[in-house]
Amino acid sequence: MLAQQIVSGLAAGCLYALAALGLVLIYRTMDIVNFAHGEMAMVSTFVAHTLLARVGLPYVAAAVGALAFSALFGMLVERVFLRPIQNGPLISMMIMTLGLFMVFNGAAGWIWGFDPVSFPYAVRGRPVVVSGLIMTRDSLLVLGVTLVMALGLYLVLRLTLAGIAIRATSQNAGAARLMGVPVPRVYSLTWGISSVLGAVAGILIAPTTFLSPNMMAEVQIKAFTAAVLGGFSSLPGAVVGGLLLGVLENIVAGYISTQLKSTFAFALIVAVLCIRPSGILGTPPRRKV
Amino acid sequence: MNASNNDAASPTIIRRAVSAISSPGGRLASGGIVLVLLPLVTVALDRAYVVYLYDLVMVYVIVALGLNILTGFTGQISIGHAGFMAIGAYASAILTGRLGLPFVMAMPLAALLTAAIGFCLGIPALRLHGHYLAIATLGFGVAVSQLSAVWEGFTGGYQGMKVPVASILGLGFNSDLRYYYLALAVTWLMLAAARNILRTRPGRALMAVRDSEVAAQAMGVNLAKYKTASFAASAFYAGIAGSLYAHLVKFISPFDFNLGVSLTLLASIVVGGLGSVTGSVLGAVFMTLLPHVFSRVKNLPLVLTGVSLIVVVLFLPHGLVSLPWRLKQAAARMRTRMGMRGATRRGTA
Repeated sequence: MLAQQIVSGLAAGCLYALAALGLVLIYRTMDIVNFAHGEMAMVSTFVAHTLLARVGLPYVAAAVGALAFSALFGMLVERVFLRPIQNGPLISMMIMTLGLFMVFNGAAGWIWGFDPVSFPYAVRGRPVVVSGLIMTRDSLLVLGVTLVMALGLYLVLRLTLAGIAIRATSQNAGAARLMGVPVPRVYSLTWGISSVLGAVAGILIAPTTFLSPNMMAEVQIKAFTAAVLGGFSSLPGAVVGGLLLGVLENIVAGYISTQLKSTFAFALIVAVLCIRPSGILGTPPRRKV
Repeated sequence: MNASNNDAASPTIIRRAVSAISSPGGRLASGGIVLVLLPLVTVALDRAYVVYLYDLVMVYVIVALGLNILTGFTGQISIGHAGFMAIGAYASAILTGRLGLPFVMAMPLAALLTAAIGFCLGIPALRLHGHYLAIATLGFGVAVSQLSAVWEGFTGGYQGMKVPVASILGLGFNSDLRYYYLALAVTWLMLAAARNILRTRPGRALMAVRDSEVAAQAMGVNLAKYKTASFAASAFYAGIAGSLYAHLVKFISPFDFNLGVSLTLLASIVVGGLGSVTGSVLGAVFMTLLPHVFSRVKNLPLVLTGVSLIVVVLFLPHGLVSLPWRLKQAAARMRTRMGMRGATRRGTA
């Protein structure tokens, strides 16, 4: 029973991890918590649905198209709305992303309607049983995709020049600029990658939540929790936090109450922030005077 | 030139009246008269529904004021203020409805309870800054809304609960018009209190915390004390507003205090002007009327709220309250530019 709860929780946790990765990436490079992250993912998922259902593309082509769209979308949002205020106070940037959240949420309803629409699973078929543990094929795919994305992100950040530029900028934007790193372009790239990560989470979660302007509301809060749990300043932390949250939450739902899932997430945030504000893998923030 | 001529020509009695109104006391009195007569005129014009809107505006003015004390004056962001409002509303409803307490006692008790919870939330919040605090308060707001739905025995769950009519010494505030005067009195009291607190030593301490925690500490401001006090005061305002809201609509459910409400509250102080009492009032009026003016098209109020946030952040960082000043500045700039152009033309000619 417990093992099954854990295994089922992992799939949900993967989605939280993907969404949290995007949040943490932007937070590390630009010191912004993107409250519109979930809504941007929702928009990309709707684009995937449009490509799939209206244009009639096959699943993979539609997904790739939506991801390309989401990369451009992320860059556009950064260029138009965040670059003008990047040196402004923290609260301005936070309110900007909250404003974007409202606009995207409202506009998506106008464009794609308010009623939930069904979204196809990437893979169908009978659940796989491994030594008594049941896993749907879809959740296996989710696990695989998350693993590939996380590993890919790690390799990009480690090995490519762009990745090194991103890491340099997140350590010290001023010094990076002096070393010839094109910081504005790094910000653009970061938003593009983050938006793609969110879009992948959106496309993978859409079959279970159904497609609607509010589909990401829950995931967004969970992604925050995952990021806080793992450490907002750490990319591996986002993955660990996401997986842990998914498992813990499933255990709470299984043994205590399904209705208290979000409340549990909040309690977890408060507990983590009280005991270890930097999260499991995060480093304590250096406070500038 | 024209104006001074007109002044000289106008009868002294009008001039005296104008100067009496524009004096601080006169402005207060004339503003008071307008506010007292406003609903009567509205009812006379057969727009009784609008009086309900006035009542609602005052509820939001009070919460916005409280949120501005926390966010605008102390620099602590809260995205869960609807949670505090919910606590005040449910407490007041339970105290009057289930326990039969009179409204005059229930409202301050509900607000004190909310303030106590605000104080408790302020303690973990001491360790949090900026984004982390925003996320924690966001979680708080969502959790309160969920808990109020789950505790059915206490709150009626999603079915909601009825709230009795507020009455003071047998006088029932059962119509929107009567309620207006009750709300007006409470709002005036809360506004006056906020203005006075913020002008005195504690208020200056809060602003010092906002501008630089290190500098504030160096000046002898006890950070922990003032931050938790700010949380408590802010929650107290939200509790009063919640109670006022409950007895105005007479039926509350978890939907009244969801994340959207918290975001609207934050939007109202940002749009009105962070760190300004007048700004809180302007923002609350703007944000309460917006959904009712544009209610015909679904989602339009939401999008307009978002757009106004974006526009304010990009172009008017100090909110609506800074608009007159900004316009004056722009006009002055225009004038100098015109003057300079005139001078160069004269120079070339």
